Amino acid sequence: MSKISIVFDRLRTEEKMLKKEAAELGHTAVMLDAKITQINTETKKEDLDLGDVVLERCVSYFRGLHFTSALEFLDIPVLNKFDVAHTCGNKMFMTLLLKKNNIPTPKTYFSFSSESATENLEKVGYPLVIKPVIGSWGRGVMPIKDKDAMDAIVEVREITDSPHDRIYYLQEVVKRPPRDIRIITIGDEPIAGMYRKSTGGFKTNIALGADPEICEITKEMEEMAIKASKAMGGGILGVDMMEDEEKGIVVHEVNNTVEFKGLAKVSKRNIPKEMIQFALDYTRK
Amino acid sequence: MNCPECDAKLNIPEDASVGEIVSCPDCGADFEISKKEGSNIELKQAESVGEDWGE
Repeated sequence: MSKISIVFDRLRTEEKMLKKEAAELGHTAVMLDAKITQINTETKKEDLDLGDVVLERCVSYFRGLHFTSALEFLDIPVLNKFDVAHTCGNKMFMTLLLKKNNIPTPKTYFSFSSESATENLEKVGYPLVIKPVIGSWGRGVMPIKDKDAMDAIVEVREITDSPHDRIYYLQEVVKRPPRDIRIITIGDEPIAGMYRKSTGGFKTNIALGADPEICEITKEMEEMAIKASKAMGGGILGVDMMEDEEKGIVVHEVNNTVEFKGLAKVSKRNIPKEMIQFALDYTRK
Repeated sequence: MNCPECDAKLNIPEDASVGEIVSCPDCGADFEISKKEGSNIELKQAESVGEDWGE
């Protein structure tokens, strides 16, 4: 029997599913709330007693990332690794790494001030899609169709003025069917896929109400998912792809603490069970 | 147990765990279960969605 810890900051269906599967496999699952856990420079691995491996499942990217850094400092095996979480949590870092590894990805423009972003848009032409470099569930993602729209974005960002608002990530609009594809990879192996269909708007995020539908993973999708997972550093990931009418499959995002409750309902494979098994095997390597 | 915000009755499932979020059916406020010992349950205000929340 092994012991696995699941670090969370908001207990969702996914974390409860992981706990249940660990118990059914005969292992002990410890649920650890990151918000009330204290670590200091003198803390030892034994003080926390987190078992063989930790699954970091915080909904807050920064909380999870910093917690992971503490766990790695204590030499506690954690999934995903700090480097993977760090890269996947920032769209610019992730996009650059996809491109570096020759994985087809939408053309993306980076600017480091509002003036420069506006100038670039005028040069490249409308529309482009703006995405915050940090954040998820489609929040702040919108097509910029004209200068008025860009001016409004700039004004809002100048008011909110968070550090990441100074980074402008603008992406080409991919000509595609009104859906995208989410493939969950565990240890570089694609194990389940779904189409996420837009409910009429521009976005296809399940968190915004997009309809999930099982997707049979084609050879091309499989190849892209494996390449994207390896490029990020492996672990447990959600690879998002679009079907570009001209270029074929393009990978536009790789997610770190992947949500899977919708896909788990329709998948032929037991996603949380495979995550637990992978995590425990990971420590034995 | 009643909602700390509006006093409406909260429906907390018996198998609910610490860290889970319960929403008030009347006012919509979200609370996190901070302690659970048998039927003794303590709630705290749930965190609101942050800029860095997501996958």
